[in-house]
Amino acid sequence: MRAPRAVGSIRQRLFYQLAGVAAILSLAFFLIVRVVAEQAAESTQDDILSASATAIADSLRSEDGGVMLDLPYSALSMLGTLSEDRVFYRVYTNDATLTGYDDLPLPNRTPRRGEPVFATFDFRGDEVRAVSVVRAVGSANALRNVIVTVAQTRLGLESTSRTITATATAVGAGFFLVATGLSLWAASAALAPIERLTSAVARRGPYDLRPVTAETPTELVPLVDALNSFMARLRASLSRTEDFIAEAAHRVRTPLATVRAQAEVTHRKLNKPEHRLAIREMIRAIDESSRSAGQMLDHAMVKFRTDTLAGDDLDMRALIAEVCDRLGATADLKDIDIRRELPDMPVPVSGDGILLQAALQNLLDNAIKYSPDDTEIVVRLEQGEELRVSITDAGRGFGDADLTRIKTRYTRGTNVGNIVGSGLGLTIAEEVARAHGGQLEIKSNQNGAGACVSLVLPRS
Amino acid sequence: MRFLLIEDNAKLASAIAERLKLDGHAVDHADTLEAARACLDVATYDLMLLDIMLPDGDGRALLESQRDVSNRCPVIVITARSAVSDRVSLLDLGADDYITKPFDFSELEARCRAVLRRQGHATDNRIIVGGTTLDSTAGELLFDGQTIALRNRELRLLEVFFKAPGQVFSKSHLIDRMFSLSDEASENAIEVYVARLRKRLDGSGTRIETVRGLGYRMVPT
Amino acid sequence: MRFSRTAAQLIAALLTISPVVAYDIQERMLYPAEVETSVLRVISTADLDVFDPILLAFQAENPGVSIDYIVTETADLMQALYTDGASFDLAISSAMDLQTKLANDGFARTYTSPVTEALPDWARWRNQIFAFTQEPAVVVVSDAFFAGEQPPQSRDELIALLRESPERFRGRIGTYDVRRSGFGYMMATQDSRNSEAYWRLMEVMGWLDAQLYCCSGEMIRDVASGRLALAYNVLGSYAQSQLATTDGFRIVELDDYVNVMLRTVLIPQTAQNISDAQSMVDFLTNLAARPDLVAASELPAIAPETFQANTALRPIRFGPGLLVFLDQLKREAFLRNWEDSLVQN
Repeated sequence: MRAPRAVGSIRQRLFYQLAGVAAILSLAFFLIVRVVAEQAAESTQDDILSASATAIADSLRSEDGGVMLDLPYSALSMLGTLSEDRVFYRVYTNDATLTGYDDLPLPNRTPRRGEPVFATFDFRGDEVRAVSVVRAVGSANALRNVIVTVAQTRLGLESTSRTITATATAVGAGFFLVATGLSLWAASAALAPIERLTSAVARRGPYDLRPVTAETPTELVPLVDALNSFMARLRASLSRTEDFIAEAAHRVRTPLATVRAQAEVTHRKLNKPEHRLAIREMIRAIDESSRSAGQMLDHAMVKFRTDTLAGDDLDMRALIAEVCDRLGATADLKDIDIRRELPDMPVPVSGDGILLQAALQNLLDNAIKYSPDDTEIVVRLEQGEELRVSITDAGRGFGDADLTRIKTRYTRGTNVGNIVGSGLGLTIAEEVARAHGGQLEIKSNQNGAGACVSLVLPRS
Repeated sequence: MRFLLIEDNAKLASAIAERLKLDGHAVDHADTLEAARACLDVATYDLMLLDIMLPDGDGRALLESQRDVSNRCPVIVITARSAVSDRVSLLDLGADDYITKPFDFSELEARCRAVLRRQGHATDNRIIVGGTTLDSTAGELLFDGQTIALRNRELRLLEVFFKAPGQVFSKSHLIDRMFSLSDEASENAIEVYVARLRKRLDGSGTRIETVRGLGYRMVPT
Repeated sequence: MRFSRTAAQLIAALLTISPVVAYDIQERMLYPAEVETSVLRVISTADLDVFDPILLAFQAENPGVSIDYIVTETADLMQALYTDGASFDLAISSAMDLQTKLANDGFARTYTSPVTEALPDWARWRNQIFAFTQEPAVVVVSDAFFAGEQPPQSRDELIALLRESPERFRGRIGTYDVRRSGFGYMMATQDSRNSEAYWRLMEVMGWLDAQLYCCSGEMIRDVASGRLALAYNVLGSYAQSQLATTDGFRIVELDDYVNVMLRTVLIPQTAQNISDAQSMVDFLTNLAARPDLVAASELPAIAPETFQANTALRPIRFGPGLLVFLDQLKREAFLRNWEDSLVQN
């Protein structure tokens, strides 16, 4: 039976979905970290700039009606602590620059006391961040607003930003890798119950139709229930089939047995040769029906069993011995000797014992049927690259019949004449051989009479 | 031999019983398991023929119950199934052999002989004529210290003569006895086998004599 | 073939009489290459006799490079580069604050190399200013004056000593006139940051009629001759170099703190011969690997271990802080205070 074509994989889907979620989360994390950290870095720079501007503003004094500034060393040196950024400053009052860089742009709106105004712009070749604070300086009636602007380039900030990005990337990537690894594990773990269930069912032989009792997660319960009810139906169907076969066998054969027994009795009591001949014809017909029925039932069974071929470990030598034992009495009736040529050691083979014996029984029965009295049948088991069971008889052989057609249903060899038999025996044997990956070979004996039929199986 | 035939189909049972009686055997018939047990309680049998499908239960139950009885009666199961696997399971249950119906009575006889041989009932079926012993069960001819193994048809032919020494048997009667009804038999075959037997009996106390126009008979030498 | 120094100086002198430049050139020397492939124009505040061995050694390693070396005052160097936009390939100065302003205001080029990367963090700024010497500001005392007597080891001791014996020291103490000396101004402002002892010292020195000098050389000579008892905030490297040739004085590094000036080099934006300038930067910053040049020039190379050994030594820190005392208002205020203290009549 071919395995169903797999379309997609739950494990893969689960893994990709989890990995996708992990990727989105990693990305979100990365972005959030970057934004938060950069904002923190920016506000740190802003805070220091504010402190610097405020320190400068605090050192403003009014003197002789003018504004004096004692620029604190720390106001500018503090700006050099975190980075090597360029620094610009401007103190502006009365429409004039008191000191500093007079090309440093003034704030676009006047800051209020306690409310610095921030701006970002390009200045002297670099982007700078500037803060402006205002301070009122002077005596009560001559109060002047002084605007102190301090600006600093952003290279330090950029370097911090790069560090933050690198760290966030590393953490994000690390998180993503860990999450992906966990996703793989989670996907496998989630699927573990399915795998346990699968192996529990797969371990069974082809005829084990007991309900599945392995532990089942909630989601799989409906599936397992369906499987169990399916198997129950199959079990019922199988036993019905088996019952049918048994019933058919019984119902067909019992009346035949009655007729045949009565025919034998009658034959004993009759004297006239023509009467006795008639009875013998009748008995021959009965035997043919019985044989046909038997082979058809056998064939049905073979067809049924080859669908789900068992792979049991068997000993071919023992199988052959049993078949020879069984048919020994039949051969004996015709004074036919069954000579066995079997190896000394057991010959292991993997397959369905019932089918193999059915095939062998049919072949040996055929050989006995078509061999003349007082001859020998050789049953040989050879083990080389293949396993070969050959049954050689000294019978009529198959004549000129097409040997391949011989094996198909109901064909009888041209040489068969009036011997009871049907062609199904070879068909059955061939189907069993095919099911086991082998074939049936038929040859006419080189030295005159008889045939050699071989069941060839691959080495297990 | 004394048979116990356990078969529920009346027509089949009477046909089988009649056929066996033609060969000189005694047959008791039981049509249910219960009847069979009753028979077994009161009488001893040489062989039991058991149809495995019975109305009041599977014959396997009887097989199992008989398996461990001492001096048990050998059982040949009559079954409609012919698979070798059935043989194995029946043998495991305690049957000595089985035969599928419809069956040839020659085959039944051969199987009975084989079963009894395995059982070791050696003493019952010896016939001695003119110092020559024919052991039907073992299929052997004994005289002058020699033991000659006989093939199936040789045995059946000799049985006819040994059972009625001096009686003349026609060729057709002998054919009846030697060949099963599904075999092709010719009068020539009889001549071939008689010739063979004569060789076998050479040196024993008996020989087969041709009675022209009538047949053959065995006489002491 | 080398030109003789005289010839070179003659040419330099001729070239000095150029009406184009607005800044003063003190000295100028040409170092022509044998087979000239390029010219390196250097403006520097370091005297020729100090830098000559270094320039020659550089040229030995870079034979195709002719060097045009101009010496100016620190203020003039600033004027040339900041105001006039003159084109030079290298600017070497002892005025850390002015160099910082040049870099801060965008007049310097960035340069990194394995050699500059090897400098400690405090020895470079923005990879635009590179320190190649560490020169402490020391006290120079007269042997004769302090014969048999331990010179003061800290500023507090110095102040106490001066206060105790005014008659001994009146008119016999020297220091920089910070109005005229850029180096002196920077050392004074850094001093004023470090402790309030500075202003007390300046007060005492003013009270004792301290002598004001424009340059280290004169100060040292006067101490050596005994005319001065001690001189304060002298350039240590210069004093060290004078020890070999001049007797009569010794160097005292005070215990409480010693400000260390870092002489720096930068590549101006107006540089034209950038690759040779970069080579020179590497050469200078790796001065520690040339003890012969260190000895010849008397310039101490960058040596971080000296600061670990003597914790009183403090290198002046680069950064925007150095811009503070360049601020006009701040400078005016400082100088007013300084004059009030030191020029008391």
